[in-house]
Amino acid sequence: MKRTATLFAALALAGAATAAAAQQEQFVPANFYWVGPYAPGGSGFGGGIIDYMAMLNERDGGINGVKLTWEKCETEYNNARGVECYERSKKKGPTGATVIHPLSTGITYSLIEKATADKIPVISMGYGRTSAADGRVFPYVFPLITTYWSQATVMVKFMGEKSGGMDKLKGKKIVLVYHDSAYGKEPIPVLTDMSKQYGYELTTIAVPHPGNEQQSQWLQIRQIKPDYVILWGWGVMNPTALKAAAKIGYPREKVIGVWWSGAEEDVLPAGTAAKGYISAGFNSPGSDFPVMKDIQKFVYGKGKGEFEDKSRFGSIYHTRGVVAGIVTTEAIRLAQNKYGKGKPITGEQMRWGIENLNIDDKRLKELGAVGLMLPLKVSCLDHEGSGLVKFQQWDGAKWKVITDWMEPDRKLVRTMVEADAAQYAKEKGITPRDCSKEK
Amino acid sequence: MLYREAGQFKSTYGQDQQIFPILQDRVAMSALLLVAFVAVPIFGDQYWLSAIITPFLILSLAALGLNILTGYAGQLSLGTAAFMAVGAFMAYNAMLRIPHIPVLGAFAIGGLSAAAVGFVFGLPSLRIKGLYLAVATLACQFFILWLINRVGWFSNHSSSGVITAQRMVILGYEFVSPASKYLLTLGVVGAMALAAKNLMRSETGRAFMAVRDMDVAAAVVGIPMMRTKLLAFAISSFYCGVAGALYAFCYLGTVEPEAFTLDLSFRVLFMIIIGGVGSILGSFLGAAFITLFPILLNFVSKGLESVLGVEMNHAMVSNTEAIIFGGLIIFFLIVEPNGLARMWQIAKEKLRLWPFPH
Repeated sequence: MKRTATLFAALALAGAATAAAAQQEQFVPANFYWVGPYAPGGSGFGGGIIDYMAMLNERDGGINGVKLTWEKCETEYNNARGVECYERSKKKGPTGATVIHPLSTGITYSLIEKATADKIPVISMGYGRTSAADGRVFPYVFPLITTYWSQATVMVKFMGEKSGGMDKLKGKKIVLVYHDSAYGKEPIPVLTDMSKQYGYELTTIAVPHPGNEQQSQWLQIRQIKPDYVILWGWGVMNPTALKAAAKIGYPREKVIGVWWSGAEEDVLPAGTAAKGYISAGFNSPGSDFPVMKDIQKFVYGKGKGEFEDKSRFGSIYHTRGVVAGIVTTEAIRLAQNKYGKGKPITGEQMRWGIENLNIDDKRLKELGAVGLMLPLKVSCLDHEGSGLVKFQQWDGAKWKVITDWMEPDRKLVRTMVEADAAQYAKEKGITPRDCSKEK
Repeated sequence: MLYREAGQFKSTYGQDQQIFPILQDRVAMSALLLVAFVAVPIFGDQYWLSAIITPFLILSLAALGLNILTGYAGQLSLGTAAFMAVGAFMAYNAMLRIPHIPVLGAFAIGGLSAAAVGFVFGLPSLRIKGLYLAVATLACQFFILWLINRVGWFSNHSSSGVITAQRMVILGYEFVSPASKYLLTLGVVGAMALAAKNLMRSETGRAFMAVRDMDVAAAVVGIPMMRTKLLAFAISSFYCGVAGALYAFCYLGTVEPEAFTLDLSFRVLFMIIIGGVGSILGSFLGAAFITLFPILLNFVSKGLESVLGVEMNHAMVSNTEAIIFGGLIIFFLIVEPNGLARMWQIAKEKLRLWPFPH
């Protein structure tokens, strides 16, 4: 009995202590996943964003004196758990959750309406609902940097270049192997639309969750004998696909992965089967960028940091998480400039911050992230910001960049985004914002 | 002492047949309902209402549906999540395609569609039993999800296969706040649980149990095998279908077919195994255990971290939680193979004698 009482007293004390320190804090939920078949991506990306925030706290004492705080919540890449984590985290900290990174297209879909109602912005960087790029209909959702549809158009362009011109795509066979979820289905409309334009033959093959069994899918591919295979996988599905491709003898140089299939964690388990495999990317890995060195010095140097396995430092998912951290904290900084320096901002103010984000070359240099990411300019009309994609190839030991940054087919993507957003607005009875009236 | 039925006389058949024959049970039940309908929505905060209690109630309903089929009629099924998916997607389509349909009408259509699917996939139960039947229902699980994924009509040709629940309006009142959604769920679940309780006390329910205990004997005494088994499938699927519709409309709001994978079917099956096979109460207890316990564990480990002042490796904590959870399931099944409902029953019997056990 006495022991219980002490425990409760200790709990109460701990609670009081956090409450007292809660004044100058900005709470960013860390709702990612560290267990299950998608853990490599979840822990890598989550580790990056937390490492960056920890570095800002250590080096600068937060943002204008406001400390960044976070709390981990395990979503297991599961929609129901993701919603539970969101509900749990949204009221934490002095101003509630600042912004949510769901790191799952499914969870993003589940949160679009909830977060909009709660006035908490959702950043779905490189995933999520593509048509949310139309900020007039989706004021609180930001598929920043680039979207699946932009990526799909760049992939087709890349395949065209590899074949020796876009007109050479006519009659070519392309197979899309996708994770059977909202995430995997996202590119299908764009790829179908472009197949009409360029005359290639598209076959879509679904791989059920979690994707550790792909024998029949790749046998089907062997029968089709495609010119290219697009791999739209996640987690354990990626190495399994590469191994299956090796087993049927399909050349890995013709397998082109989405950026969630193109990290060290995705190819290393496949061993030699992964050699030659190509994937897209929207950030560059590496631990030599000044910002990464600062993380090394201020976080890992003090015995902290998210990774026990130091070889993951500077990996693709880790740096992608750092990019997410930069985007998040830059938006907080911007919102503080407008709504009061040195004060925690609310979700609504954060929304303004993200929407007016403009990370140019000069700012990138100050951040020490030149090359890590591209300049980013968000606006009310365009919640995507950049859209550029590049390709990299796995040489058996590391990823080698093989193309320059490539432009998506902006016209096509934008037309489809607006059409899809307009349909959503109609279904939901939303009147799109007038961007000329936004300040 | 408090829980004693001495002095409570039953002088009519009506009194003898009521659901809670003991006065204390009636008082406790009324208090529980009062708390659920009044206190919880007033005092519960948004997190508890929308992320914990509402999904718990919805999964209880699904477990109840499976319990009718597996616990009462003895037919093993692994298709629960598929029936829920049918309910969710058909309720969505009913709202979309039938103008001015009331929300509850859409839920009913979802439930009835699931019942129809359950009826069809129940047909093999006439020939096969036990594990073999489970395999047949497993086919249902995969087939239904495949169908919903492949046929665009179900998701109104949404490119990502995701559906977003429409607004819920009953008599001009729109259900938006977590408390109102909770009350709607509670109303539906409460009414359906009461219906299930009464159904199991009726001729139909007794026929179910006769089939479960020995189908040859049941057939000999004149219980129509085909009708009883198919009815069990249809009623069970109806419950699951309504649970699926609630899952989409009152809980997640936006669902993709992936929400209803085999994983969920297994979870519901575990709920009834842990809660108690063949018990209405067991469905609720099991759902509470499976949905709430991992979250509780999570809070405990968070609390421990802040008390001890150390930050533990998150991946390790998450995995340990899963291990503890699995260990507890095994522990409970060894200690009481008939589930939490049976434990509750034993507790009640002991309480009747307390404090003079002899």
